[in-house]
Amino acid sequence: MLDLKKIRADFPILKREVNGKPLVYFDNAATSQTPQQVIDVIIDYYSNYNANIHRGVHALSQEATDKYEAARHTIQKHFNAKHAHEIIYTSGTTHSINLIANGFASLLKKGDEIIVSALEHHSNIVPWQMLCEKTGAILKVIPMNQDGELVMHEYDNLLNENTKLVFTNHISNALGTINPIEEIINKAHQVGAAVLIDGAQACPHVKPDVQDLDVDFYVASAHKMCGPTGVGMLYGKEEWLNKLPPYQGGGEMIAEVSFTKTTYAGLPHKFEAGTPNICGGIAFGAAIDYMNTIGFDAIAKYEHELLEYATKALIEIEGLKIYGTANNKTSVVSFNLEGIHPYDVGTILDKLGIAVRTGHHCAQPIMDFFKIPGTVRASFAFYNTKEEIDALVSGVKKAKMMLS
Amino acid sequence: MNIQEIQNEIIEEFSMFEDWEERYQYMIDLGKTLPLIEAQYKTEDNIIKGCQSKVWVHAELKEDKIAFTADSDAIITKGIIAILIRVFSNQHPAAILEANTDFIDQIGLKEHLSPTRANGLVSMIKQLKLYAIAYQTQLN
Repeated sequence: MLDLKKIRADFPILKREVNGKPLVYFDNAATSQTPQQVIDVIIDYYSNYNANIHRGVHALSQEATDKYEAARHTIQKHFNAKHAHEIIYTSGTTHSINLIANGFASLLKKGDEIIVSALEHHSNIVPWQMLCEKTGAILKVIPMNQDGELVMHEYDNLLNENTKLVFTNHISNALGTINPIEEIINKAHQVGAAVLIDGAQACPHVKPDVQDLDVDFYVASAHKMCGPTGVGMLYGKEEWLNKLPPYQGGGEMIAEVSFTKTTYAGLPHKFEAGTPNICGGIAFGAAIDYMNTIGFDAIAKYEHELLEYATKALIEIEGLKIYGTANNKTSVVSFNLEGIHPYDVGTILDKLGIAVRTGHHCAQPIMDFFKIPGTVRASFAFYNTKEEIDALVSGVKKAKMMLS
Repeated sequence: MNIQEIQNEIIEEFSMFEDWEERYQYMIDLGKTLPLIEAQYKTEDNIIKGCQSKVWVHAELKEDKIAFTADSDAIITKGIIAILIRVFSNQHPAAILEANTDFIDQIGLKEHLSPTRANGLVSMIKQLKLYAIAYQTQLN
């Protein structure tokens, strides 16, 4: 059982009002809120040991370097990576994905195939299209069904000896579908393809074990899991990271430089050119510690309760349709009121202090599939309550009354 | 009536509403009742793509004045369009170019004209002004 009162007290923002009403924050899939424990770490960094890392002999630099590397170990432990140097700090999931797409440019040739899922965020589609343009590789898509689940027998048909990379999200941002990534990874490995999993939406809800999954690359963002924006991670198996060329040139990523030859630094620095988001990296570690203190089993159980409670109450509203009805889904409810634009519903909810996402959620192909301009998306976190869901339900009823 | 007079009239009308609900209900009703654009002008060429809602704008010069018609797929956006059309349509291009939209703040709808709102309204106002520049040039 979660101690909701104690947990909510950790998040100062949950005390504020919006438009004269207590804030109900249901846009957690876009970004999560930040607990005081993480805010304190950020303040402590800038108040006490702000310095550049990895190059100073002075005390502050040493302290900052130690804490930054300790956070890398926290991330390693959390995802159960074999080595700390398999964790690359990035600016977030999009950066991580681009880093890999860029690296594969030198490994692919004309006629090679990349498979992506139909449930992707824009950021997951564009880098692969660019990669295919550059290399002559072919992009193939695993289709989805009306419930928003991937059609796995179609995936079987797409795999062949030309498949070099398979790429899907662990959990869909628009619909909340949890994808069968174990099966996706195993089958890809049978034809010798590498697999990259986008864990941005999964990491706030589950604790992935990258060794157990045997995944080649796994990426995530800190700001979806109680950390700050602008920092994320890329996990890659050591042998894969050694195979990929560096992404950017700059400081930190070199071992020796002369005008005729440069030797690159070893992992992870080969991929971490320039001064990183030091404070962000340290705060990322603190966010992971915080979430583990709450406990991912307890989080998953409670969020599932919230999802069931919300789904049950929302479908009772006449004319309300939920998009994404997979059996296995996380705490996201994407819906529309019949004949009413999602933007209008979101606007009325905002006046009531309820924050939801409206629009296509950067997943235009999914919206095209359902032939809708977008949805209203309410996404729940472990600090949300059933009373807040009651407020959402009455807000939606009010929006319906005003707009019909 | 000139633009300033219409704006003052709207401000006065809105001052009678007691809270946001009344204001929004009024805009929603405006959005529901007004036929704003003829179907033949609801084309891809006339579309202003906001990230969230779509807006269509059509302009015609009638006796030195510009007649605007517009529409949106979101009803609150459409209600605000109705207000903007009331202000800017059937005015001389020069008057449209001089006018501002500060009255929107005064009627409590400021957030809808934020450049980051992505509902197409800011682009729509820009488009109205561009039409005014074009017709002004034509008249000169």
